[in-house]
Amino acid sequence: MILFEAIYVAPPALTAQAPILVIAGPLIGACAAVLSPGARTAWMISVLTAAFTLWMSVAVAGEVARAGVIDYALGGFAQPMGIALRIDALGATMALLIASVGLLGALYSGHALVSEVKPEKHTLFQSGYLLCLAGFIGLVLTGDAFNAFVFLEVSSIGTYALVGVGEARDKRALPAAFNYLIFGTVGATFYVLGIGFLYAATGTLNMADMAMRLATLGDNTAAQAGLAFVVAGLGIKAAMFPLHGWLPGAYAGAPSLVSVFLAATATKAAIYLIIRFVLDVFPEGEFGAIFLRWILAPLAATAVIVCSVQAIFAKEVRRILAFSSVAQVGFIMLGVSLATAAGVSAGVYYLIAHALLKGALFMAVGAFAVSVRARTVDDFAGIACEAPWSAAAFGVGAASLAGVPMTMGFLAKWTLISAALEAGAVWIAVTLAIGSLLTLIYVWRMLEAIFFRMPAAGAERAREAPVGVLVPLFILAGLSLLFGVTSTLPASMADASAAALTGAAP
Amino acid sequence: MSSGELLITLALALPLFAAVVIYAVGRMPDVRETLTLVACIGLCIITISMFMRVGAGDAPEMIVARPMAGLEIAFRLEPLGALFAVMASVLWAVNSLFSIGYMRGAREAHQTRFYMCFALAMFGVMGVAMAANLFTLFIFYEALTLATYPLVTHKGNAAARRAGRIYLGTLVGASVVLFLPGIIGVASVAGSTTFTPGGLLPGKTSALIENLLLLLLVFGAAKAALIPLHGWLPAAMVAPAPVSAMLHAVAVVKAGVFTILKVSAYIFGPELITALPAAIWILWIAAATIVIASLVALTKDDLKARLAWSTVGQLAYITSAAMLPFASGLVAGGLHMIVHAVAKITLFMCAGAIYVATGSAKVSELGGAGRRMPILFTFFFMASLSVIGLPPMGGMWSKFLLVDASFGSGEWLTAAAMIVSSLLTIAYLLPVVFNALFAPAGVRGPEFTRPGGVPGAVLAAAGITAIGCLALFVGAEFIADYLEPLGAFTLLEAAP
Repeated sequence: MILFEAIYVAPPALTAQAPILVIAGPLIGACAAVLSPGARTAWMISVLTAAFTLWMSVAVAGEVARAGVIDYALGGFAQPMGIALRIDALGATMALLIASVGLLGALYSGHALVSEVKPEKHTLFQSGYLLCLAGFIGLVLTGDAFNAFVFLEVSSIGTYALVGVGEARDKRALPAAFNYLIFGTVGATFYVLGIGFLYAATGTLNMADMAMRLATLGDNTAAQAGLAFVVAGLGIKAAMFPLHGWLPGAYAGAPSLVSVFLAATATKAAIYLIIRFVLDVFPEGEFGAIFLRWILAPLAATAVIVCSVQAIFAKEVRRILAFSSVAQVGFIMLGVSLATAAGVSAGVYYLIAHALLKGALFMAVGAFAVSVRARTVDDFAGIACEAPWSAAAFGVGAASLAGVPMTMGFLAKWTLISAALEAGAVWIAVTLAIGSLLTLIYVWRMLEAIFFRMPAAGAERAREAPVGVLVPLFILAGLSLLFGVTSTLPASMADASAAALTGAAP
Repeated sequence: MSSGELLITLALALPLFAAVVIYAVGRMPDVRETLTLVACIGLCIITISMFMRVGAGDAPEMIVARPMAGLEIAFRLEPLGALFAVMASVLWAVNSLFSIGYMRGAREAHQTRFYMCFALAMFGVMGVAMAANLFTLFIFYEALTLATYPLVTHKGNAAARRAGRIYLGTLVGASVVLFLPGIIGVASVAGSTTFTPGGLLPGKTSALIENLLLLLLVFGAAKAALIPLHGWLPAAMVAPAPVSAMLHAVAVVKAGVFTILKVSAYIFGPELITALPAAIWILWIAAATIVIASLVALTKDDLKARLAWSTVGQLAYITSAAMLPFASGLVAGGLHMIVHAVAKITLFMCAGAIYVATGSAKVSELGGAGRRMPILFTFFFMASLSVIGLPPMGGMWSKFLLVDASFGSGEWLTAAAMIVSSLLTIAYLLPVVFNALFAPAGVRGPEFTRPGGVPGAVLAAAGITAIGCLALFVGAEFIADYLEPLGAFTLLEAAP
């Protein structure tokens, strides 16, 4: 964590306000982007804002590493009455992840949007993008349950629009966006209902306060129903099996940039909130244990198997990746469901690894999409000859997804399986191993087409993507490789997150 | 960097560098193949000097990276690994000579890719041979699988692609579902995966877990082709003969049994293996594999398929050796690994030579073929004797030691399987030779489809390894002595 001290050089006054700036920055940027005169300006605003957000989130992470937990009372109203940002290691890690992918995505959008989004929509697109960024970061930093709902909605409004914009490339984006909107609204409603129950039971919306009061309540049916509603609502947002129906369509139809951003951040932010409620807000006890062991874990295991099989039989590359995402959410939740420090740490580590690699994969698919309208696996045959650099990055992401040694995905699977073995949950370890095998099969299907097959006669010829697309793509793919060799940074962040949640020593 | 680290770095860097250079000069076949031979000889020098240093008690070692606590990429030579490295590099050199004759003679396409993947495969083999822990071994083991995939599917037709799928599916599948969980299990039980003389696991966990881990690791190393995970090996015979010769008699399959030997010697240790019922189960399965594979080999008319099934059986000998509750089994297994590699590569080269010269290699069509290719069939005969285990060939000693170790530890079933299989080996190998050499007058075997018959380079390569079989008859004692430290730990410790 010393790394942060070296990276960020911010004036202390700025650092002190970083927790709010990291949210306010993209919100202001979103407004500025709408007002900007042209696509180019909007893109520059987007990049600058995302860079500023990343800078501030590094400052936040550094401060958390130094001081432990940041409590930031908004507007000077004291907790628990006022709304507060409460940032621990998990929140800071998530914010850093989201801001990093956000900046790379913004850089990438310079060229990638041209082929996928109508030119007159670019300013609005950038605005929506920044709105999402603000929403997701707010979601992971806030310490207030209702405030989290507000951020959830801010980000959702952005994402519905962003998915819909994909209609320029693929008409199915419109029904997919509508589908997503309906699902998402149901999810948000469930979440609010759940918060209502919890508020009725505890009389507070501040999460830390709620946790303390819940601990004294004992078995309270209203609170338990509240948790069920919260998890079901967030489960829709997180694409937790079997609430993932919206995801394949949305990922497949959206512009590549949106798929990158959603895969790396949207579901991850919702997973974050689930982890927060289940492990942090809700007290340890019989109900929580049953909830984890008998509901979350079996569902996650089913997701791992069923959705991996669906990915194996899917025809379109984007759909394969989308089903894979649902399955990978299962991997993460299996780790979390262990509820041990090692399990949660492995889950968070896996979450980071998956965000990076799936981002890289969707970005690479977008890089191909710059020149060809390839959809199915067969359309991608032999594309490595024509766009070798994009294909190489895709290969790295795919290797990490499959868990090839020397990539971050391998270490993620390793820590996850050893955490399961350590906790004595052999069936989880077996599920993880089978899931890894299924992952290999669908990853191989794509790699075989891209690298080992010849393009079909008369197929559209691909060209290598422009440098502006390749650079962020390579950074993202490179991170999967870098962290595969020296994993101190993400591993220590995951450990610190788990320690913050489970109270174990990091 | 110490000289030991330098040697290890060179042993890994040379094949990689060779692959790059081969790619760069791909348009000039003569340069490409000369460079391949230079790289082979360079690698031989490196591995032999490592071999000498291990013999002198100054084993090279090196730690490269530590991605996570308890997980490091490190190398350390020990007798078995040094021997494996020397064997692989020397046979790579001979096989390259063979490849040049074969690939030109058979006019195969994509030769640059072929030589490049071979060099990459050697990179994997070197890593496997020198790995200081299971994790490092696993990385290179997988790299070996991936580097050899393009070689198996070399012909690029539907049959080759189907075989490639079986190859990759079985090997990678077993790695992910069995081998990797096994490694993770070892790491979580013992806190590391380092190969430790005398065994890493003893005293660390319960018998149930130990049994489970042994099964996971032995079956996970599917390159050892223990039934029921043997299907990939006969399927991989669609590859050109040099691939079958080098990879499916030497590098890939031996990497599998090498892994099992290492697991037995350094993860479990001979003493713990003695105590585990799972080792007995594996012995039974190996005994079944030995007999079944020999029987199937009898039925195969395609010479390469017959040899492949023979390999399945012979590999199970080595797996048995690793599971024998008797430390000298490890030495016998190590010796058999070398002896069988030299003999089987000779047989595959002969099969390849017949294919180049006549355009096919069916056992039923080879009657009288010895009249046209007398020298080649003499080599085939010498290697057959070694595989069967008859003097004056190296195979005699390793079989003798194996059967002796099986009897010595009371494993009658294993000993019986080995003896029966030796008889079956006579039945599936010698008729090939006798029909070819001593057919009734008038039967003259298939016509040469290639003018000039067997290319000189091919014949020379097969000759070198055939003489190698003979040399191992004399040199077996030296190798057995060299491997002595493998079994010695427990024997010494158990003495008081």
